[in-house]
Amino acid sequence: MHMADALLSPAVAGTMYVASAGVAAYSIKKIREEDDNKKVPVMGVMGAFVFATQMLNFTIPGTGSSGHLCGGMLLSALLGPYAGFLTMIGVLLVQGLFFADGGLLALGANVWNMAFYGCFLGSMLIWKPIMKKGASKAKIIASSILGCVLTLQLGAFSVTLETLASGITELPFGVFVATMQPIHLAIGFVEGLITAAVLVFIHEARPEFLWGVGAEDERAGKLSKKATIGVIAVVAALFAGVVSLFASAFPDGLEWSMENVAGTAELEATGGIYDIVASIQNITSFLPDYAFKHSEAAAGTSVSGLVGGIIVVALLVAISYVVRLGSKKTKSE
Amino acid sequence: MSGIEKQLREIDKLNTLQQRDQWMCLMHPLVKLCLTIIYIGFVVSCHKYSLSTVVIFAVYPFMMFNFADLSLRDAIYRMRLILPIVLAVGIFNPIMDREVVMHLGNVAVSGGVVSMITLMLKGFYAVLSAYLLIATTTIEDICYALRRLHVPKILVTVILLIDRYIYILGREAERIMTAYKLRAPSQKGIHYKAWGPLVGQWLIRSMERAQVVYESMTLRGYRGEYDYGKKRKLSAKDILFFTVWLVAFVVIRRGF
Repeated sequence: MHMADALLSPAVAGTMYVASAGVAAYSIKKIREEDDNKKVPVMGVMGAFVFATQMLNFTIPGTGSSGHLCGGMLLSALLGPYAGFLTMIGVLLVQGLFFADGGLLALGANVWNMAFYGCFLGSMLIWKPIMKKGASKAKIIASSILGCVLTLQLGAFSVTLETLASGITELPFGVFVATMQPIHLAIGFVEGLITAAVLVFIHEARPEFLWGVGAEDERAGKLSKKATIGVIAVVAALFAGVVSLFASAFPDGLEWSMENVAGTAELEATGGIYDIVASIQNITSFLPDYAFKHSEAAAGTSVSGLVGGIIVVALLVAISYVVRLGSKKTKSE
Repeated sequence: MSGIEKQLREIDKLNTLQQRDQWMCLMHPLVKLCLTIIYIGFVVSCHKYSLSTVVIFAVYPFMMFNFADLSLRDAIYRMRLILPIVLAVGIFNPIMDREVVMHLGNVAVSGGVVSMITLMLKGFYAVLSAYLLIATTTIEDICYALRRLHVPKILVTVILLIDRYIYILGREAERIMTAYKLRAPSQKGIHYKAWGPLVGQWLIRSMERAQVVYESMTLRGYRGEYDYGKKRKLSAKDILFFTVWLVAFVVIRRGF
Protein backbone atom coordinates (compact mmCIF):
# COMPACT_ATOMS: atom_id res chain seq x y z
CA MET A 1 0.00 0.00 0.00
CA HIS A 2 3.08 2.25 -0.12
CA MET A 3 2.37 5.34 -2.21
CA ALA A 4 4.93 6.52 -4.73
CA ASP A 5 6.06 10.14 -4.99
CA ALA A 6 4.60 10.34 -8.49
CA LEU A 7 1.08 9.67 -7.20
CA LEU A 8 0.93 12.84 -5.10
CA SER A 9 0.84 16.53 -5.87
CA PRO A 10 3.06 18.75 -3.67
CA ALA A 11 -0.03 20.30 -2.02
CA VAL A 12 -1.45 16.93 -0.96
CA ALA A 13 1.99 15.58 0.03
CA GLY A 14 2.61 18.72 2.10
CA THR A 15 -0.78 18.46 3.83
CA MET A 16 -0.11 14.82 4.71
CA TYR A 17 3.35 15.76 6.02
CA VAL A 18 1.77 18.37 8.29
CA ALA A 19 -0.88 15.91 9.56
CA SER A 20 1.70 13.16 10.21
CA ALA A 21 4.15 15.61 11.78
CA GLY A 22 1.40 16.72 14.17
CA VAL A 23 0.77 13.14 15.30
CA ALA A 24 4.56 12.53 15.55
CA ALA A 25 5.01 15.65 17.71
CA TYR A 26 2.20 14.47 20.02
CA SER A 27 3.76 10.98 20.23
CA ILE A 28 7.21 12.41 21.02
CA LYS A 29 5.67 14.56 23.78
CA LYS A 30 4.05 11.45 25.28
CA ILE A 31 7.26 9.40 25.10
CA ARG A 32 9.22 12.24 26.74
CA GLU A 33 6.65 12.41 29.54
CA GLU A 34 7.30 8.74 30.24
CA ASP A 35 11.04 9.64 30.52
CA ASP A 36 12.02 6.07 29.71
CA ASN A 37 15.37 5.98 27.86
CA LYS A 38 15.01 2.21 27.56
CA LYS A 39 12.12 2.57 25.13
CA VAL A 40 14.23 4.10 22.33
CA PRO A 41 16.56 1.07 21.83
CA VAL A 42 13.50 -1.23 22.00
CA MET A 43 11.80 0.87 19.31
CA GLY A 44 14.89 0.65 17.11
CA VAL A 45 15.26 -3.12 17.42
CA MET A 46 11.52 -3.70 16.97
CA GLY A 47 11.53 -1.51 13.88
CA ALA A 48 14.29 -3.64 12.40
CA PHE A 49 12.35 -6.75 13.47
CA VAL A 50 9.21 -5.64 11.59
CA PHE A 51 11.38 -4.85 8.60
CA ALA A 52 12.99 -8.31 8.75
CA THR A 53 9.71 -10.20 9.27
CA GLN A 54 8.32 -8.53 6.16
CA MET A 55 10.98 -10.50 4.27
CA LEU A 56 9.32 -13.78 5.34
CA ASN A 57 6.57 -15.44 3.31
CA PHE A 58 3.64 -17.03 5.10
CA THR A 59 1.65 -19.66 3.21
CA ILE A 60 -2.09 -18.88 3.07
CA PRO A 61 -3.98 -22.16 3.64
CA GLY A 62 -6.04 -23.33 0.67
CA THR A 63 -4.38 -20.97 -1.80
CA GLY A 64 -1.15 -20.97 -3.72
CA SER A 65 -0.11 -17.54 -2.51
CA SER A 66 1.59 -16.11 0.55
CA GLY A 67 1.11 -13.13 2.86
CA HIS A 68 3.15 -10.82 5.09
CA LEU A 69 3.02 -9.55 8.63
CA CYS A 70 1.03 -6.40 9.47
CA GLY A 71 3.63 -4.14 11.09
CA GLY A 72 1.44 -1.37 12.51
CA MET A 73 -0.89 -3.58 14.53
CA LEU A 74 1.95 -5.75 15.85
CA LEU A 75 4.00 -2.76 16.97
CA SER A 76 1.07 -1.05 18.67
CA ALA A 77 0.20 -4.28 20.54
CA LEU A 78 3.81 -4.48 21.79
CA LEU A 79 4.91 -0.86 22.19
CA GLY A 80 1.67 1.10 22.42
CA PRO A 81 0.43 3.77 19.99
CA TYR A 82 3.08 6.47 20.51
CA ALA A 83 6.24 4.36 20.39
CA GLY A 84 4.64 2.16 17.70
CA PHE A 85 3.85 5.17 15.53
CA LEU A 86 7.38 6.61 15.76
CA THR A 87 8.88 3.19 15.03
CA MET A 88 6.70 2.84 11.93
CA ILE A 89 7.93 6.25 10.68
CA GLY A 90 11.49 4.91 10.90
CA VAL A 91 10.53 1.67 9.13
CA LEU A 92 8.76 3.55 6.31
CA LEU A 93 11.65 5.98 5.81
CA VAL A 94 14.23 3.18 5.67
CA GLN A 95 11.98 1.15 3.31
CA GLY A 96 11.66 4.16 1.02
CA LEU A 97 15.40 4.83 0.98
CA PHE A 98 16.76 1.28 0.82
CA PHE A 99 14.18 -0.44 -1.35
CA ALA A 100 12.35 2.43 -3.10
CA ASP A 101 9.18 1.14 -1.43
CA GLY A 102 7.37 4.46 -0.98
CA GLY A 103 9.15 7.76 -1.43
CA LEU A 104 10.59 10.80 0.31
CA LEU A 105 7.81 13.18 -0.73
CA ALA A 106 5.15 10.54 -0.13
CA LEU A 107 6.48 9.73 3.36
CA GLY A 108 3.92 11.94 5.11
CA ALA A 109 1.06 10.22 3.26
CA ASN A 110 2.48 6.74 3.85
CA VAL A 111 2.95 7.46 7.56
CA TRP A 112 -0.66 8.59 7.77
CA ASN A 113 -2.08 5.70 5.73
CA MET A 114 -0.16 2.96 7.50
CA ALA A 115 1.31 4.17 10.79
CA PHE A 116 -1.47 6.46 12.03
CA TYR A 117 -4.34 4.09 11.30
CA GLY A 118 -2.35 0.99 12.27
CA CYS A 119 -0.88 2.30 15.50
CA PHE A 120 -3.34 4.90 16.77
CA LEU A 121 -6.72 3.66 15.63
CA GLY A 122 -5.68 0.02 15.84
CA SER A 123 -4.51 0.34 19.43
CA MET A 124 -6.84 3.02 20.82
CA LEU A 125 -10.14 1.98 19.25
CA ILE A 126 -9.66 -1.77 18.94
CA TRP A 127 -6.80 -3.31 20.91
CA LYS A 128 -7.08 -1.37 24.16
CA PRO A 129 -10.90 -1.50 24.60
CA ILE A 130 -10.95 -5.25 23.88
CA MET A 131 -7.99 -5.96 26.20
CA LYS A 132 -8.94 -3.69 29.08
CA LYS A 133 -10.34 -6.57 31.16
CA GLY A 134 -7.48 -8.90 30.32
CA ALA A 135 -6.34 -10.84 27.27
CA SER A 136 -7.44 -14.21 25.94
CA LYS A 137 -6.75 -16.17 22.77
CA ALA A 138 -10.15 -15.27 21.29
CA LYS A 139 -9.77 -11.59 22.14
CA ILE A 140 -6.32 -11.41 20.57
CA ILE A 141 -7.50 -13.12 17.37
CA ALA A 142 -10.59 -10.88 17.16
CA SER A 143 -8.71 -7.63 17.80
CA SER A 144 -5.84 -8.53 15.44
CA ILE A 145 -8.11 -9.40 12.52
CA LEU A 146 -10.48 -6.50 13.17
CA GLY A 147 -7.56 -4.10 13.66
CA CYS A 148 -5.70 -5.14 10.50
CA VAL A 149 -8.85 -5.19 8.34
CA LEU A 150 -10.13 -1.82 9.58
CA THR A 151 -6.79 -0.01 9.46
CA LEU A 152 -5.97 -1.37 5.99
CA GLN A 153 -9.43 -0.36 4.73
CA LEU A 154 -8.92 3.17 6.05
CA GLY A 155 -5.41 3.25 4.60
CA ALA A 156 -6.61 2.09 1.18
CA PHE A 157 -9.43 4.65 1.24
CA SER A 158 -6.92 7.38 2.08
CA VAL A 159 -4.71 6.28 -0.83
CA THR A 160 -7.73 6.70 -3.13
CA LEU A 161 -8.56 10.15 -1.75
CA GLU A 162 -4.96 11.36 -1.88
CA THR A 163 -4.44 10.15 -5.45
CA LEU A 164 -7.71 11.71 -6.64
CA ALA A 165 -7.02 14.99 -4.79
CA SER A 166 -3.64 15.10 -6.53
CA GLY A 167 -5.36 14.87 -9.93
CA ILE A 168 -3.14 11.97 -11.00
CA THR A 169 -5.68 9.50 -12.32
CA GLU A 170 -8.66 9.84 -14.66
CA LEU A 171 -10.33 6.92 -12.88
CA PRO A 172 -13.73 7.87 -11.36
CA PHE A 173 -13.89 7.84 -7.56
CA GLY A 174 -16.40 4.94 -7.41
CA VAL A 175 -14.35 2.67 -9.65
CA PHE A 176 -11.13 3.47 -7.79
CA VAL A 177 -12.68 2.73 -4.40
CA ALA A 178 -14.33 -0.44 -5.70
CA THR A 179 -10.91 -1.64 -6.90
CA MET A 180 -8.88 -0.71 -3.83
CA GLN A 181 -11.13 -1.74 -0.95
CA PRO A 182 -11.84 -5.44 -1.75
CA ILE A 183 -8.14 -6.14 -2.47
CA HIS A 184 -7.16 -4.67 0.89
CA LEU A 185 -9.98 -6.50 2.63
CA ALA A 186 -8.35 -9.81 1.70
CA ILE A 187 -4.85 -8.54 2.50
CA GLY A 188 -6.03 -7.17 5.86
CA PHE A 189 -7.67 -10.47 6.79
CA VAL A 190 -4.53 -12.51 6.03
CA GLU A 191 -2.26 -10.03 7.79
CA GLY A 192 -4.64 -10.07 10.76
CA LEU A 193 -4.37 -13.87 10.97
CA ILE A 194 -0.55 -13.77 10.93
CA THR A 195 -0.45 -10.96 13.53
CA ALA A 196 -2.93 -12.92 15.69
CA ALA A 197 -0.82 -16.09 15.53
CA VAL A 198 2.30 -14.22 16.67
CA LEU A 199 0.50 -12.28 19.44
CA VAL A 200 -1.24 -15.41 20.76
CA PHE A 201 2.17 -17.08 21.07
CA ILE A 202 3.56 -14.02 22.88
CA HIS A 203 0.54 -14.01 25.21
CA GLU A 204 1.22 -17.62 26.14
CA ALA A 205 5.02 -17.30 26.43
CA ARG A 206 5.66 -13.75 27.66
CA PRO A 207 2.35 -11.94 28.41
CA GLU A 208 4.21 -8.99 29.98
CA PHE A 209 5.35 -7.97 26.47
CA LEU A 210 1.80 -7.09 25.43
CA TRP A 211 0.76 -3.45 25.77
CA GLY A 212 -2.50 -2.21 27.29
CA VAL A 213 -3.70 -5.57 28.69
CA GLY A 214 -5.85 -5.17 31.84
CA ALA A 215 -5.51 -1.36 31.66
CA GLU A 216 -9.13 -0.58 32.62
CA ASP A 217 -8.19 1.94 35.30
CA GLU A 218 -5.15 3.29 33.60
CA ARG A 219 -5.98 6.86 32.59
CA ALA A 220 -2.53 8.18 31.69
CA GLY A 221 -1.89 8.49 27.99
CA LYS A 222 -5.45 7.59 27.10
CA LEU A 223 -6.98 9.22 24.07
CA SER A 224 -10.77 9.02 24.33
CA LYS A 225 -12.93 7.78 21.47
CA LYS A 226 -14.45 11.24 21.15
CA ALA A 227 -11.01 12.84 20.91
CA THR A 228 -9.83 10.28 18.35
CA ILE A 229 -12.92 10.71 16.19
CA GLY A 230 -12.56 14.49 16.58
CA VAL A 231 -8.95 14.34 15.34
CA ILE A 232 -10.02 12.26 12.32
CA ALA A 233 -12.93 14.61 11.55
CA VAL A 234 -10.71 17.71 11.71
CA VAL A 235 -8.06 16.14 9.50
CA ALA A 236 -10.70 14.88 7.05
CA ALA A 237 -12.24 18.35 6.83
CA LEU A 238 -8.80 19.88 6.39
CA PHE A 239 -7.96 17.33 3.75
CA ALA A 240 -11.20 17.81 1.82
CA GLY A 241 -11.24 21.59 2.08
CA VAL A 242 -7.69 22.87 2.07
CA VAL A 243 -6.23 20.38 -0.39
CA SER A 244 -8.94 20.89 -2.99
CA LEU A 245 -8.59 24.64 -2.54
CA PHE A 246 -4.86 24.44 -3.20
CA ALA A 247 -5.34 22.08 -6.10
CA SER A 248 -7.78 24.37 -7.86
CA ALA A 249 -6.87 27.90 -6.82
CA PHE A 250 -3.08 27.66 -6.69
CA PRO A 251 -1.98 25.25 -9.39
CA ASP A 252 1.48 26.75 -9.50
CA GLY A 253 3.25 27.86 -6.33
CA LEU A 254 5.74 29.92 -8.31
CA GLU A 255 3.01 31.92 -10.06
CA TRP A 256 1.26 32.41 -6.74
CA SER A 257 4.45 33.76 -5.15
CA MET A 258 5.09 36.00 -8.15
CA GLU A 259 1.60 37.39 -7.94
CA ASN A 260 2.11 38.21 -4.26
CA VAL A 261 5.48 39.85 -4.81
CA ALA A 262 5.00 41.58 -8.15
CA GLY A 263 1.22 41.87 -8.38
CA THR A 264 1.18 39.81 -11.57
CA ALA A 265 1.87 36.19 -12.40
CA GLU A 266 3.78 37.09 -15.55
CA LEU A 267 6.54 39.68 -15.48
CA GLU A 268 6.85 41.73 -18.64
CA ALA A 269 10.00 43.54 -19.64
CA THR A 270 10.87 45.87 -22.50
CA GLY A 271 13.81 47.91 -23.64
CA GLY A 272 17.58 47.60 -24.28
CA ILE A 273 18.97 44.23 -23.24
CA TYR A 274 15.58 42.56 -23.22
CA ASP A 275 14.93 43.45 -26.89
CA ILE A 276 18.42 42.29 -27.95
CA VAL A 277 18.01 38.98 -26.13
CA ALA A 278 14.48 38.57 -27.53
CA SER A 279 15.72 39.10 -31.11
CA ILE A 280 18.54 36.54 -30.55
CA GLN A 281 15.95 34.14 -29.19
CA ASN A 282 13.73 34.64 -32.23
CA ILE A 283 16.64 33.82 -34.54
CA THR A 284 17.87 30.78 -32.58
CA SER A 285 14.50 29.23 -31.64
CA PHE A 286 14.30 26.40 -34.11
CA LEU A 287 11.48 24.75 -32.17
CA PRO A 288 8.82 27.45 -31.80
CA ASP A 289 5.17 27.15 -30.72
CA TYR A 290 5.47 25.18 -27.51
CA ALA A 291 1.80 24.40 -26.91
CA PHE A 292 -0.86 21.80 -27.01
CA LYS A 293 -3.82 22.10 -29.26
CA HIS A 294 -6.85 23.04 -27.10
CA SER A 295 -4.65 23.23 -24.01
CA GLU A 296 -3.16 25.90 -21.81
CA ALA A 297 -0.88 23.55 -19.86
CA ALA A 298 2.26 25.11 -18.36
CA ALA A 299 5.00 24.41 -20.87
CA GLY A 300 2.65 22.47 -23.09
CA THR A 301 3.66 19.45 -25.06
CA SER A 302 4.15 19.48 -28.74
CA VAL A 303 6.41 17.34 -30.80
CA SER A 304 8.83 20.25 -31.08
CA GLY A 305 8.80 20.77 -27.30
CA LEU A 306 9.40 17.10 -26.70
CA VAL A 307 12.23 16.88 -29.23
CA GLY A 308 13.79 20.02 -27.78
CA GLY A 309 13.64 18.56 -24.28
CA ILE A 310 15.23 15.31 -25.35
CA ILE A 311 18.03 17.20 -27.16
CA VAL A 312 18.75 19.31 -24.05
CA VAL A 313 18.85 16.23 -21.81
CA ALA A 314 21.00 14.26 -24.26
CA LEU A 315 23.44 17.18 -24.63
CA LEU A 316 23.85 17.73 -20.89
CA VAL A 317 24.12 14.03 -20.10
CA ALA A 318 26.73 13.70 -22.86
CA ILE A 319 28.70 16.58 -21.32
CA SER A 320 28.54 14.92 -17.89
CA TYR A 321 29.70 11.63 -19.49
CA VAL A 322 32.67 13.40 -21.10
CA VAL A 323 33.52 15.05 -17.74
CA ARG A 324 33.31 11.65 -16.05
CA LEU A 325 35.60 10.06 -18.65
CA GLY A 326 37.99 12.98 -18.31
CA SER A 327 38.16 12.68 -14.53
CA LYS A 328 38.68 8.91 -14.79
CA LYS A 329 41.54 9.47 -17.21
CA THR A 330 43.12 12.06 -14.91
CA LYS A 331 42.84 9.65 -11.98
CA SER A 332 44.47 6.79 -13.90
CA GLU A 333 47.37 9.06 -14.87
CA MET B 1 19.49 -16.93 -4.36
CA SER B 2 16.58 -16.36 -1.98
CA GLY B 3 14.54 -13.15 -1.88
CA ILE B 4 15.96 -12.30 1.55
CA GLU B 5 19.51 -12.83 0.31
CA LYS B 6 18.81 -10.49 -2.63
CA GLN B 7 17.53 -7.76 -0.31
CA LEU B 8 20.50 -8.13 2.01
CA ARG B 9 22.88 -7.91 -0.93
CA GLU B 10 21.13 -4.75 -2.01
CA ILE B 11 21.73 -3.21 1.45
CA ASP B 12 25.35 -4.44 1.33
CA LYS B 13 25.86 -2.89 -2.09
CA LEU B 14 24.42 0.43 -0.93
CA ASN B 15 26.75 0.44 2.08
CA THR B 16 29.74 -0.12 -0.22
CA LEU B 17 28.62 2.68 -2.56
CA GLN B 18 28.13 5.10 0.35
CA GLN B 19 31.67 4.52 1.66
CA ARG B 20 33.42 5.44 -1.62
CA ASP B 21 35.98 8.22 -1.74
CA GLN B 22 33.94 10.09 -4.32
CA TRP B 23 33.10 13.81 -4.37
CA MET B 24 29.35 13.20 -4.32
CA CYS B 25 29.75 10.97 -1.25
CA LEU B 26 31.82 13.67 0.46
CA MET B 27 29.33 16.44 -0.21
CA HIS B 28 27.38 17.85 2.76
CA PRO B 29 24.39 15.54 3.47
CA LEU B 30 22.06 18.48 4.11
CA VAL B 31 22.62 19.73 0.55
CA LYS B 32 21.93 16.28 -0.95
CA LEU B 33 18.85 15.66 1.18
CA CYS B 34 17.29 19.07 0.54
CA LEU B 35 18.10 18.98 -3.17
CA THR B 36 16.52 15.52 -3.52
CA ILE B 37 13.29 16.60 -1.83
CA ILE B 38 13.14 19.87 -3.80
CA TYR B 39 13.80 18.04 -7.07
CA ILE B 40 11.01 15.51 -6.44
CA GLY B 41 8.71 18.38 -5.46
CA PHE B 42 9.45 20.23 -8.70
CA VAL B 43 8.98 17.11 -10.83
CA VAL B 44 5.68 16.02 -9.32
CA SER B 45 4.33 19.59 -9.48
CA CYS B 46 4.50 19.50 -13.30
CA HIS B 47 1.16 19.49 -15.11
CA LYS B 48 0.01 16.08 -16.32
CA TYR B 49 0.33 17.17 -19.97
CA SER B 50 3.71 18.92 -19.52
CA LEU B 51 5.62 16.03 -21.01
CA SER B 52 8.38 18.22 -22.46
CA THR B 53 9.07 19.86 -19.06
CA VAL B 54 9.12 16.47 -17.35
CA VAL B 55 11.48 15.10 -20.01
CA ILE B 56 13.94 17.95 -19.39
CA PHE B 57 13.90 17.21 -15.66
CA ALA B 58 15.83 14.03 -16.53
CA VAL B 59 18.90 16.25 -16.62
CA TYR B 60 19.43 16.10 -12.84
CA PRO B 61 19.37 12.33 -12.19
CA PHE B 62 21.10 11.37 -15.44
CA MET B 63 23.90 13.91 -15.08
CA MET B 64 24.38 13.17 -11.41
CA PHE B 65 24.45 9.42 -12.05
CA ASN B 66 27.38 10.04 -14.36
CA PHE B 67 29.12 12.36 -11.91
CA ALA B 68 28.55 9.99 -9.00
CA ASP B 69 29.66 7.01 -11.11
CA LEU B 70 26.48 5.02 -10.38
CA SER B 71 24.89 2.23 -12.38
CA LEU B 72 21.58 3.14 -13.97
CA ARG B 73 20.71 -0.56 -14.19
CA ASP B 74 20.77 -0.93 -10.39
CA ALA B 75 18.47 2.06 -10.05
CA ILE B 76 16.04 0.72 -12.65
CA TYR B 77 15.94 -2.60 -10.75
CA ARG B 78 14.63 -0.64 -7.77
CA MET B 79 11.59 0.35 -9.85
CA ARG B 80 10.13 -3.15 -9.41
CA LEU B 81 8.10 -2.20 -6.31
CA ILE B 82 6.86 1.20 -7.40
CA LEU B 83 6.30 0.66 -11.12
CA PRO B 84 3.28 -1.71 -10.78
CA ILE B 85 1.50 0.77 -8.47
CA VAL B 86 2.17 3.74 -10.74
CA LEU B 87 1.15 1.64 -13.75
CA ALA B 88 -2.06 0.51 -12.07
CA VAL B 89 -3.05 4.13 -11.40
CA GLY B 90 -1.98 5.52 -14.78
CA ILE B 91 -3.11 2.67 -17.05
CA PHE B 92 -6.71 3.91 -17.09
CA ASN B 93 -5.79 7.42 -18.25
CA PRO B 94 -5.65 6.48 -21.99
CA ILE B 95 -9.13 4.92 -21.68
CA MET B 96 -10.71 7.82 -19.78
CA ASP B 97 -9.01 10.78 -21.46
CA ARG B 98 -9.23 10.37 -25.24
CA GLU B 99 -8.97 13.96 -26.36
CA VAL B 100 -6.21 14.28 -28.94
CA VAL B 101 -3.58 16.68 -27.65
CA MET B 102 -0.64 16.09 -29.98
CA HIS B 103 0.37 14.45 -33.24
CA LEU B 104 3.47 12.35 -33.81
CA GLY B 105 3.63 12.44 -37.60
CA ASN B 106 0.25 11.08 -38.65
CA VAL B 107 -0.42 9.40 -35.33
CA ALA B 108 -2.79 11.24 -32.99
CA VAL B 109 -1.82 11.00 -29.32
CA SER B 110 -4.52 11.38 -26.67
CA GLY B 111 -4.22 13.34 -23.42
CA GLY B 112 -4.52 10.07 -21.49
CA VAL B 113 -1.44 8.59 -23.16
CA VAL B 114 0.55 11.77 -22.50
CA SER B 115 -0.52 11.94 -18.84
CA MET B 116 0.30 8.23 -18.39
CA ILE B 117 3.81 8.69 -19.80
CA THR B 118 4.29 11.82 -17.67
CA LEU B 119 3.24 9.86 -14.58
CA MET B 120 5.67 7.03 -15.38
CA LEU B 121 8.52 9.48 -15.88
CA LYS B 122 7.73 11.25 -12.61
CA GLY B 123 7.82 7.90 -10.77
CA PHE B 124 11.06 6.94 -12.52
CA TYR B 125 12.82 10.22 -11.66
CA ALA B 126 11.69 10.10 -8.04
CA VAL B 127 13.20 6.62 -7.67
CA LEU B 128 16.41 7.68 -9.45
CA SER B 129 16.90 10.76 -7.28
CA ALA B 130 16.21 8.84 -4.05
CA TYR B 131 18.73 6.21 -5.17
CA LEU B 132 21.24 8.97 -5.92
CA LEU B 133 20.82 10.17 -2.34
CA ILE B 134 21.08 6.81 -0.60
CA ALA B 135 23.92 5.55 -2.82
CA THR B 136 26.07 8.57 -1.94
CA THR B 137 24.98 9.25 1.66
CA THR B 138 25.18 6.99 4.71
CA ILE B 139 22.19 6.73 7.04
CA GLU B 140 24.35 8.34 9.75
CA ASP B 141 24.85 11.37 7.49
CA ILE B 142 21.14 11.49 6.56
CA CYS B 143 20.32 11.38 10.29
CA TYR B 144 22.80 14.21 10.85
CA ALA B 145 21.06 16.24 8.12
CA LEU B 146 17.68 15.47 9.70
CA ARG B 147 18.95 16.77 13.04
CA ARG B 148 20.16 19.94 11.28
CA LEU B 149 16.57 20.28 10.03
CA HIS B 150 15.42 20.00 13.67
CA VAL B 151 13.82 16.57 13.36
CA PRO B 152 13.44 15.37 17.00
CA LYS B 153 16.31 13.25 18.31
CA ILE B 154 14.04 10.37 19.43
CA LEU B 155 12.90 9.84 15.86
CA VAL B 156 16.40 10.19 14.43
CA THR B 157 17.84 7.72 16.98
CA VAL B 158 15.13 5.20 16.12
CA ILE B 159 15.95 5.52 12.39
CA LEU B 160 19.65 5.05 13.14
CA LEU B 161 18.99 1.97 15.29
CA ILE B 162 16.66 0.45 12.70
CA ASP B 163 19.45 0.82 10.13
CA ARG B 164 21.98 -0.77 12.51
CA TYR B 165 19.80 -3.82 13.21
CA ILE B 166 18.25 -4.40 9.79
CA TYR B 167 21.24 -6.33 8.56
CA ILE B 168 21.58 -8.42 11.74
CA LEU B 169 17.88 -9.30 11.87
CA GLY B 170 17.77 -9.75 8.09
CA ARG B 171 20.54 -12.35 8.39
CA GLU B 172 18.53 -14.04 11.15
CA ALA B 173 15.47 -14.07 8.87
CA GLU B 174 17.51 -15.75 6.17
CA ARG B 175 18.84 -18.41 8.57
CA ILE B 176 15.32 -19.05 9.89
CA MET B 177 13.94 -19.47 6.36
CA THR B 178 16.83 -21.72 5.31
CA ALA B 179 16.41 -23.90 8.42
CA TYR B 180 12.63 -24.04 7.85
CA LYS B 181 12.98 -24.94 4.16
CA LEU B 182 15.41 -27.74 4.99
CA ARG B 183 12.84 -29.20 7.39
CA ALA B 184 9.85 -28.54 5.14
CA PRO B 185 10.97 -29.13 1.56
CA SER B 186 8.83 -28.12 -1.45
CA GLN B 187 6.77 -25.74 0.68
CA LYS B 188 6.25 -22.23 -0.63
CA GLY B 189 6.18 -20.32 2.66
CA ILE B 190 5.80 -20.89 6.40
CA HIS B 191 2.91 -23.26 7.24
CA TYR B 192 0.10 -21.62 9.21
CA LYS B 193 0.69 -23.92 12.21
CA ALA B 194 4.22 -22.51 12.53
CA TRP B 195 3.30 -18.82 12.13
CA GLY B 196 3.00 -18.16 15.88
CA PRO B 197 5.86 -20.25 17.37
CA LEU B 198 8.39 -19.40 14.66
CA VAL B 199 7.93 -15.63 14.55
CA GLY B 200 6.93 -15.43 18.23
CA GLN B 201 10.18 -17.02 19.44
CA TRP B 202 12.16 -14.77 17.15
CA LEU B 203 10.26 -11.76 18.51
CA ILE B 204 11.04 -12.73 22.12
CA ARG B 205 14.71 -13.12 21.20
CA SER B 206 14.64 -9.67 19.57
CA MET B 207 13.02 -8.07 22.62
CA GLU B 208 15.72 -9.62 24.81
CA ARG B 209 18.32 -8.35 22.36
CA ALA B 210 16.82 -4.84 22.69
CA GLN B 211 17.38 -5.12 26.47
CA VAL B 212 21.05 -6.05 25.89
CA VAL B 213 21.39 -3.19 23.38
CA TYR B 214 20.01 -0.75 25.94
CA GLU B 215 22.40 -2.03 28.64
CA SER B 216 25.37 -1.78 26.25
CA MET B 217 24.38 1.76 25.25
CA THR B 218 23.98 2.77 28.91
CA LEU B 219 27.43 1.35 29.76
CA ARG B 220 28.86 3.50 26.94
CA GLY B 221 27.27 6.61 28.41
CA TYR B 222 23.88 6.77 26.62
CA ARG B 223 21.49 9.15 28.42
CA GLY B 224 19.03 9.81 25.62
CA GLU B 225 21.62 11.62 23.43
CA TYR B 226 23.27 9.98 20.46
CA ASP B 227 25.95 11.11 18.03
CA TYR B 228 24.71 11.49 14.46
CA GLY B 229 27.61 11.36 12.02
CA LYS B 230 30.43 13.88 11.84
CA LYS B 231 29.65 17.53 12.50
CA ARG B 232 30.36 19.40 9.28
CA LYS B 233 30.13 22.93 8.02
CA LEU B 234 28.63 23.85 4.68
CA SER B 235 31.44 24.75 2.26
CA ALA B 236 31.23 27.28 -0.58
CA LYS B 237 31.27 24.33 -3.01
CA ASP B 238 28.21 22.81 -1.31
CA ILE B 239 26.31 26.09 -1.45
CA LEU B 240 27.27 26.66 -5.10
CA PHE B 241 26.18 23.12 -6.06
CA PHE B 242 22.85 23.61 -4.33
CA THR B 243 22.24 27.04 -5.84
CA VAL B 244 23.11 25.99 -9.40
CA TRP B 245 20.69 23.08 -9.31
CA LEU B 246 17.96 25.08 -7.61
CA VAL B 247 18.18 27.76 -10.31
CA ALA B 248 18.17 25.01 -12.96
CA PHE B 249 15.00 23.48 -11.47
CA VAL B 250 13.24 26.85 -11.41
CA VAL B 251 14.27 27.58 -15.02
CA ILE B 252 13.12 24.15 -16.23
CA ARG B 253 9.84 24.41 -14.32
CA ARG B 254 9.08 27.90 -15.62
CA GLY B 255 10.03 27.00 -19.19
CA PHE B 256 12.96 28.35 -21.16
